[in-house]
Amino acid sequence: MKTFKMGGIHPKEYKFSAGIQIQTASIPQQAIIPLGHYLGGPSLPVVQKGDKVKVGQMIGQASGFVSANVHASVSGVVNRIDVHLDASGYKVPSVFIDVHGDEWLETIDKSAEIKRECTLSSAEIIKRISDYGIVGLGGATFPTHVKLLPPPGKKATILIVNGVECEPYLTCDHQLMIEKGEEILVGVTILMKAIDVKRAIVGIENNKKDAISLMQKLAKTFVGIEILPLQVQYPQGGEKQLIDAAIGRQVPTGTLPIEVGAVVQNVATLFAVYEAVQKNKPLFERIVTITGKSLKNHGNFLARLGTPLANIVEQAGGVPEDTGKIVAGGPMMGRALSSLEVTVAKGTSGVLLIPALEAARKNMQNCIRCTKCVVACPMGLEPFLLMSQSERSMWTEMENERVMDCIECGCCSFACPSNRPLLDHIRYGKSIVGKIIRTRQAKK
Amino acid sequence: MVNQLLEKLYEPVRLKNSTNFKNLLAAGKLSNSMNKLIISPSPHVHSGDSVWKNMRDVLIALVPAYLAGLYFFGLGALIISFTAMLSCVVFEYLIQRYLIKGSTSITDGSALLTGLLLSFNLPSNLPVWIVIIGSLIAIGVAKMSFGGLGNNPFNPALVGRVFLLISFPAQMTSWPKPIPFNPAYLDAVTAATPLAILKGQFSEIPSTLNLFLGNMGGSMGEVSALALLIGFVYLLIRKTISWHIPISILLTVFIFTGILHLVNPELFSVSPLFHLLTGGLMLGAIFMATDYVTSPMNPRGMLIFGFGIGIITVVIRVFGSYPEGVSFAILIMNAFTPLINTLVKPKRFGEAKKA
Ligand code: SF4
Ligand code: SF4
Repeated sequence: MKTFKMGGIHPKEYKFSAGIQIQTASIPQQAIIPLGHYLGGPSLPVVQKGDKVKVGQMIGQASGFVSANVHASVSGVVNRIDVHLDASGYKVPSVFIDVHGDEWLETIDKSAEIKRECTLSSAEIIKRISDYGIVGLGGATFPTHVKLLPPPGKKATILIVNGVECEPYLTCDHQLMIEKGEEILVGVTILMKAIDVKRAIVGIENNKKDAISLMQKLAKTFVGIEILPLQVQYPQGGEKQLIDAAIGRQVPTGTLPIEVGAVVQNVATLFAVYEAVQKNKPLFERIVTITGKSLKNHGNFLARLGTPLANIVEQAGGVPEDTGKIVAGGPMMGRALSSLEVTVAKGTSGVLLIPALEAARKNMQNCIRCTKCVVACPMGLEPFLLMSQSERSMWTEMENERVMDCIECGCCSFACPSNRPLLDHIRYGKSIVGKIIRTRQAKK
Repeated sequence: MVNQLLEKLYEPVRLKNSTNFKNLLAAGKLSNSMNKLIISPSPHVHSGDSVWKNMRDVLIALVPAYLAGLYFFGLGALIISFTAMLSCVVFEYLIQRYLIKGSTSITDGSALLTGLLLSFNLPSNLPVWIVIIGSLIAIGVAKMSFGGLGNNPFNPALVGRVFLLISFPAQMTSWPKPIPFNPAYLDAVTAATPLAILKGQFSEIPSTLNLFLGNMGGSMGEVSALALLIGFVYLLIRKTISWHIPISILLTVFIFTGILHLVNPELFSVSPLFHLLTGGLMLGAIFMATDYVTSPMNPRGMLIFGFGIGIITVVIRVFGSYPEGVSFAILIMNAFTPLINTLVKPKRFGEAKKA
């Protein structure tokens, strides 16, 4: 069975919420919809205090190319536009909407019927995706339309679909494939049309056998879609790792996947594409996994953007007594939250409640030069070296050691027997080296 | 500035780690209310691996060879191994506690391992006081004076052994004859090692099977190739070490001596297999050269390292005046490790193919 060839680890899976049907999270009394994105420019509000909005109405407009529109997830009245804490730990501009009823825009097709035929042209599809605020739902929230428009001179040859879900605990993509497999595959054909390719590969890790067999059965009714079971290994969901696993090509350092002709999209994104193109529905809700070792009702919830995480966690049985850390996202790359007031954003794939006794890091010891971090690194870097360079502010050396290649997967810190916080230091160095590179390019 | 920043980052973690916090938690005096959440960067899980677990695995891998040593050399082996382990741990404790006045790390098992490895490299009829001196050199000079585990450029056990070899050449080169469960210690009957025999000192050479099982004169832990190989397989299964260093050493020695043997069988009468099975080669290749701290940090470097050790070993064995060269070869290559680490980088993802 295929997998990527360099580095990687195999953390315990703990997929408690696997196979649990998607439930609808209740609509909050007030939705707080963040306008910022982790990547790219923030959206600019196009509504004002006191405005009445319907579900699906645009409330934030993209600023610039790498940015995305934001739509109302609830109907009601705009209470105010103010800053609110988001998962990154910063306060970002957000639209506060007091909820009245649940009135959708009339243009949205709410029926459950699956529409396979797509009559739009490639340009129309891409415009729709951009208008309807579709971003990568795997966590990075990179605007999807940007990936569909290759730089001049480049042409995509294959669409690679990420159904890997390599993070422990999370099951939102898994469950989506089980329940909305056909819609996802229609989404695949739509994107294949948009970027004009004849072939698509859907990579799914082998711990989701039910999803693999279901999708394989469904794929027979489509043309050019191959379902590829992959050996379980983290970080297979990383774009470069997935491309390596699926078509055996390594994206050259410093370039984008399009260099090897690949466009990668996550299954949840494809479902959103399907809804946008076939159902006229902007992106205003997503599946969120709520899980943790001590939690009572693990689950996968369909939640409107802007729902406070506390509400959904409450629905899943409430915060367990012994919780010591709350993470938005998976345990390998998610962000620790200071509060459950944070609301569901486009990139919120899950909430993980970690018991206090497992939450604290152990004391770090000397590096024993065991090479386990080097072996684990999927990018072929030397984390122990980068960490010591970062501690000594050796930025030029770090750049030469290719710190910018680091995908911040955390395999190094995970594997280190001396509990060294490798990624913390590497991330810090990476941010400084990144700044240095940007100022150098600006001067040119 | 960086440190301040990271200091901040870890504040809550330290709080949670303090014994006080754990006591309070155990006594139910702390509810984990929302304002006590730990905030730290990803990843939020850890493999659970630890220094002790790695040391433990190497200790377990040494058990077969230890049993073989006890079988062939009896009481003497028991005495020197315990002396070495105990004195290494005690020296480490004393130095950390009273000289450096810091916390002690004897629980990580590395001193214990150094002690056992040191004794493996000693003849079993060595007086206790010499063993203790060796331990002091290994821990005090080779390890602690460089800053403890992780900072020592040379393999501590080998430094201890080579120091003893140079200081006490007579005692260090009289090996007891292998007699099952030998009750004699200092007065054990001695025998020549096969390598010494080859240097023309004695006449009878043991059969290949005996060489493989370990029925020959030699240091306590080095004789049984079979037992050492069992340990090697265990380490590979546990992924404690990779195959690169041991295999490259053994292969280099085999090929190099094989070529010499083919070119001039008269002058180089020793078969390559004989080279593999005798002296400290197996022990050195599997357990001494693979020491984490003093070996290169990536597979490419490891292969170069192993190749170097192989070549130097053969050169010393065949052309030098010492019958055995593995220890020297490893120490010499230890000195090259930092250079190898700077020059040889791991294979990068998306590395540009050379045109
Ligand atoms: S976080 Fe960076 S350095 Fe660490 S293993 Fe991942 S890619 Fe390598
Ligand atoms: S895993 Fe930890 S102890 Fe091992 S080499 Fe890397 S930093 Fe050092």
